[in-house]
Amino acid sequence: MLARTADNLYWFARYVERADHVARIIEATSRLAALPRAYGGATSEWESALISSGVLERFNETDREINEANAIEFLVVDTDNPSSIHRCMEAARRNARAVRTALTIETWEAVNAAWLELLRYERERAKGRALDRDDLGRFLALVKKMALDVDGSAYRMMLRNEAFYFMRLGHFVERADNTARLLDVKYHVLLPDSEAVGGSLDYFQWSAILRAVSANTAYHWVYRESVKPWLVADLLILRAEMPRSLTACYENIVRWLDLLARDYGRQGRAQRHAHTMLAKLQATDLKSIFQSGLHEFIEGFIADNDRLDIVMAEQYLVH
Amino acid sequence: MFLTDVYGKQEVLAAGIVPRDLVLRNPGYRPEMAGFRAPHDVWVHIAGIDVIRVDDHDFYVLEDNARTPSGVSYMLENREAMLRLFPDLFVDHRVAPVDDYPDRLLTSLRSVAPHSAPSEPTVAVLTPGQYNSAYYEHSFLADKLGVELVEGSDLFVRDNVVYMRTTTGPKRVDVIYRRIDDEFLDPLAFRPDSVLGVPGLLSAYQAGNVTLANAVGTGVSDDKAIYTYMPEIIRFYTGEEPILKNVPTWRCREDEALAYVLDHLPELVVKEVNGSGGYGMLVGPHASKTAISEFRTKLKHDPSNFIAQPTLSLSTCPVAVDSGVAPRHVDLRPFVLSGADGMVSLTPGGLTRVAMKEGSLVVNSSQGGGTKDTWVIDDA
Repeated sequence: MLARTADNLYWFARYVERADHVARIIEATSRLAALPRAYGGATSEWESALISSGVLERFNETDREINEANAIEFLVVDTDNPSSIHRCMEAARRNARAVRTALTIETWEAVNAAWLELLRYERERAKGRALDRDDLGRFLALVKKMALDVDGSAYRMMLRNEAFYFMRLGHFVERADNTARLLDVKYHVLLPDSEAVGGSLDYFQWSAILRAVSANTAYHWVYRESVKPWLVADLLILRAEMPRSLTACYENIVRWLDLLARDYGRQGRAQRHAHTMLAKLQATDLKSIFQSGLHEFIEGFIADNDRLDIVMAEQYLVH
Repeated sequence: MFLTDVYGKQEVLAAGIVPRDLVLRNPGYRPEMAGFRAPHDVWVHIAGIDVIRVDDHDFYVLEDNARTPSGVSYMLENREAMLRLFPDLFVDHRVAPVDDYPDRLLTSLRSVAPHSAPSEPTVAVLTPGQYNSAYYEHSFLADKLGVELVEGSDLFVRDNVVYMRTTTGPKRVDVIYRRIDDEFLDPLAFRPDSVLGVPGLLSAYQAGNVTLANAVGTGVSDDKAIYTYMPEIIRFYTGEEPILKNVPTWRCREDEALAYVLDHLPELVVKEVNGSGGYGMLVGPHASKTAISEFRTKLKHDPSNFIAQPTLSLSTCPVAVDSGVAPRHVDLRPFVLSGADGMVSLTPGGLTRVAMKEGSLVVNSSQGGGTKDTWVIDDA
């Protein structure tokens, strides 16, 4: 396979996953920010949303005030924000077009239909219609559906060969990064000593984290008790059965990298790096993560995950 | 407190606050439970109190529901639907969230596990099955709680311990949030023809190896005849005045009251003391002459089976109808959870029921009533 093709497939999957993540962050933040103050609602939630999408610095360069309208505009349609849903979908579609024949018709249609809907949505706005929360809700639902359709059509129909492996790798590298950033923004409410007795102020913060990754119900099935901050961290970092946890992402990354190595008959730095990361996750427990610092742990993870992206690119995507 | 007493020392009866026969011959009274101490002394783990407002400031308790009050899934799902349909409203008004209810319920249920249970008690929701009208609520709650939704046949009792049948063999169950009426719980103890229940469940319960929520026999406390004594009962145990008033009620078992009720039937609402769901009641001002005279016969035949109340003008709220927006009568059922060590929690919201027919005062969903999302605004 052409290195360029592999690169397109990898980034196609990353951008689809990122668009889904940004949509989920906006939904969870809207809900949290609208709560009464006594339940933790605050406009500072929009700052958190910008941080967990990794774009606060760029937002601050625009000299705009951080509020709901500005943050949503920046996260959804702003073309100066490389991680806005607009830019993610544009990049996903560009990458998909470049490898159109490597994708199934359904996968392509999922991306293309969502892109056309985005353009329609932006045309309406350009006509002067204010950004309406109903329209936004419908649009975010569409973005999430696109991610489901892309995933589902690939899973059900694609040949299990290198093309599929590179897409899966993009998907899980991006997902690991998203989960880690989400945790990092909220790490201060997840520390064990943040537990207040009785109805904690932070309760809705914890459940917003779970809601952002559709894990409210999953949480209760795994732990069978009310939401506890350290268990939220446990679920999203260490639990292999939770499909967005760091461990689950790395189990997948290792699996698809091993399949690539098997097909190509050669192991490389990417495989070694991924195996080391998975082994670290499997060897640690929540207690030692908290002891050495949750924030430090997550920062280290994000850096290591970036490192994997680089060694993988060197090994397969750019020569 | 009332239930601990009624099934224990019966001080309230000795003091003559409530007539002895009204309690002991009440269909909701379970003689099997006499002398029983509910685990952690909690009987009514989940209560739904129907409250109405008749003018600017007067709230009344219309009815207590201490058996298996339903409707909490409407509270949760109405809010989700409103959040999706009217996002602007929630940004402009600070509305207290209700979505922690399942977590509060789980915490509360785990806290009342029997002392013999392991430190991580297993909770299950017991449903009559998918043909029950509240089955959706049962499955919804079990899912939100993250516990198994079991039917009677999924459970069995061995050596007075309850187990559920799982793919990995029997698993002990410590707390059962049961949505089955007392009579159907255990064919060995109650109705022998019940196929919904679990043989031996009552003896496991009495042996202290499983907690049932709500406890068996709570029906004696939410019965409409007992209701009329509630203010006296509250004064008896707490020495305090009740905060919420009762609707003035005539007890037809008392001759004077019966005479008054018979004279004023067209103005009154008359209810069967054990009725629920809006059945077996007469709404005087809306009833036909034949209906009234039929009811008069029933009333004379068995007066102690009835109570009567003035026809109250329930507060209204706007409802969308074919011709636009119109007022419809409502009542409110907030949900109160009680756990061990005095843990009481009240969710800031509740089930608002609406009588969909113009002028109607019957809000029960089984009679075509609707529901509305209910907000507690917290702008501070």
